Amino acid sequence: MTQTLTIRTPEGIEFALPLAGPVSRMLALVVDLAVVMTIGKAVQQILAPLGFLGKDFSEAIKILAYFAISLVYMALAEWLWRGQTVGKRLLRLRVVDAGGLRLEPSQVIVRNLMRFIDALPALYLVGGIACLVNRHRQRLGDLAAGTVVTRAPRLSRPDLDRILGGKFNSLAETRHLAARLRQKVSPELGAIALEALLRRGEIEPQARLALFGEMAEHFRSVVVYPVEVVEQLSDEQYVRDVVEVLYGGARSQ
Amino acid sequence: MILDISRFVETERAHWTALEKSLEWLERNPDARLTIAEVEGLHTLYQRASADLARVPDGELRKYLEWLVSRAYAEIHEARERKRFRPWRWVTEEYPRVFRAHLRAFQLAAVLTIGGVAFGALALRIDPEAKSVIMPFEGLQESPAERVAKERADQGRHMTGKKNRFSAELMTHNTQVALTTLALGMTFGFGTIVMLFYNGVILGAVAFDYIHGGQTVFLMGWLLPHGVIEIPAILVGGQAGLVIAYALIGWGSRISRAERLRTVSGDVATLAGGAAAMLVWAGIVESFLSQYHEPVISYGTKIAFGVVEAALLTFYLAFAGRRT
Repeated sequence: MTQTLTIRTPEGIEFALPLAGPVSRMLALVVDLAVVMTIGKAVQQILAPLGFLGKDFSEAIKILAYFAISLVYMALAEWLWRGQTVGKRLLRLRVVDAGGLRLEPSQVIVRNLMRFIDALPALYLVGGIACLVNRHRQRLGDLAAGTVVTRAPRLSRPDLDRILGGKFNSLAETRHLAARLRQKVSPELGAIALEALLRRGEIEPQARLALFGEMAEHFRSVVVYPVEVVEQLSDEQYVRDVVEVLYGGARSQ
Repeated sequence: MILDISRFVETERAHWTALEKSLEWLERNPDARLTIAEVEGLHTLYQRASADLARVPDGELRKYLEWLVSRAYAEIHEARERKRFRPWRWVTEEYPRVFRAHLRAFQLAAVLTIGGVAFGALALRIDPEAKSVIMPFEGLQESPAERVAKERADQGRHMTGKKNRFSAELMTHNTQVALTTLALGMTFGFGTIVMLFYNGVILGAVAFDYIHGGQTVFLMGWLLPHGVIEIPAILVGGQAGLVIAYALIGWGSRISRAERLRTVSGDVATLAGGAAAMLVWAGIVESFLSQYHEPVISYGTKIAFGVVEAALLTFYLAFAGRRT
């Protein structure tokens, strides 16, 4: 189940930030480690001309450069990209203040300093366990810095044209029953039906049949349409027509 | 009431887009100062998006509005002053001031290390055979007299061609030790205390071994030039760890743990930066000065160098950035 961090604003509005789980965070970390290694190699190539100053000097510079990159990359990226690194961008994750406020540089530094303990004894075991047991999925660094890692939502508004397809809607044509449908179906149920249509491509065929069958049966019982209006309508088409009646108000009139 | 989403989106979309553009601009220009009219405009858009959020049911649109309102909330309700990082001011004022603000934590770190020193010295006095256990480092297994004789004969040649690399390795290793000591503050200070005590034990055992072996001057010439910076730097790491532990425990505090940690995070970051900077200097000195002994450099010179460094560091941490 998706865990969220709910913040209530002084205006009395609540918003929920979906929290990232340990697996997606670990994948982002793997990407970032690969980025650190790549930058390290690139810096080595760039510093190669310093070889004329002696092997000892160039090796020292390489050690220091790699250490500095591994220590600074995460913090610098999170600061410059507002809580994101390359790995977090790819996995659509973002570090945010646990109170919903702006991320401060000191918070970024502290959460990255704590990697020294979160990474113990190996493979971020301490951080991973902390992440699993904490209700806000915070590793020790997040707890110390007062941050959480969120999943950025896919930003799109429901595309009614895409799901409804502008087909003839027999339910909408029977206007007095359509009005009763809008009156009797709760907003929550309407939202679930809309969500199911939007995600129908992600559902297994058998589960999809069962889900839309159950929904259609419920909608059929809420408002009973004459048989000639609903005959030959599949369950999914029935739900689709109901959603158009509910959400496509002006168009279905 | 079922919302007519299409009509709702068409009506409100322009306001959401305006808010998004304002937020993107603010995020690109974090130091920008808005006029009163701009602040009012942003606030109006934020309130409108908040009101819209309260009306929409669960779904994609709600997620979008939550994302938009959360970003606007962060910009509008943030009351912490955003300070521009000024390196010179950080060195001359901020770091020593933060150090002094948490002097008790530093003193506790020092006491723990001194306790470890006493334990290490006592352990070696009681059981000299324990040397290999207490100091499991190859270079410290031989007797102090043998080491001194070898160093005098070698005249620093063993460092030829590897001074820079050695210096870099010391910097990275010591920084890792200091920052681990800091991070272990999250174990309610237990790990920090163990690290500080353990470092003290090794130091005490080494010191006792050399003093007992009649090599006090060599020991001072070897350790003082870099040790007077390196050891306080580790203590500063421990100091920061203890600051975190104190905030975690929160004796007598009425504010939440999260708030206590948030309050000290800036100071912890400053102390970490200070410790790292000190260790860079200590690494240079250890590689380029400490590893050379008589007859290359006289012990007196090295000891004097260490004493001057200690005096300057004490003066800096005690007085820099004080306002009259």
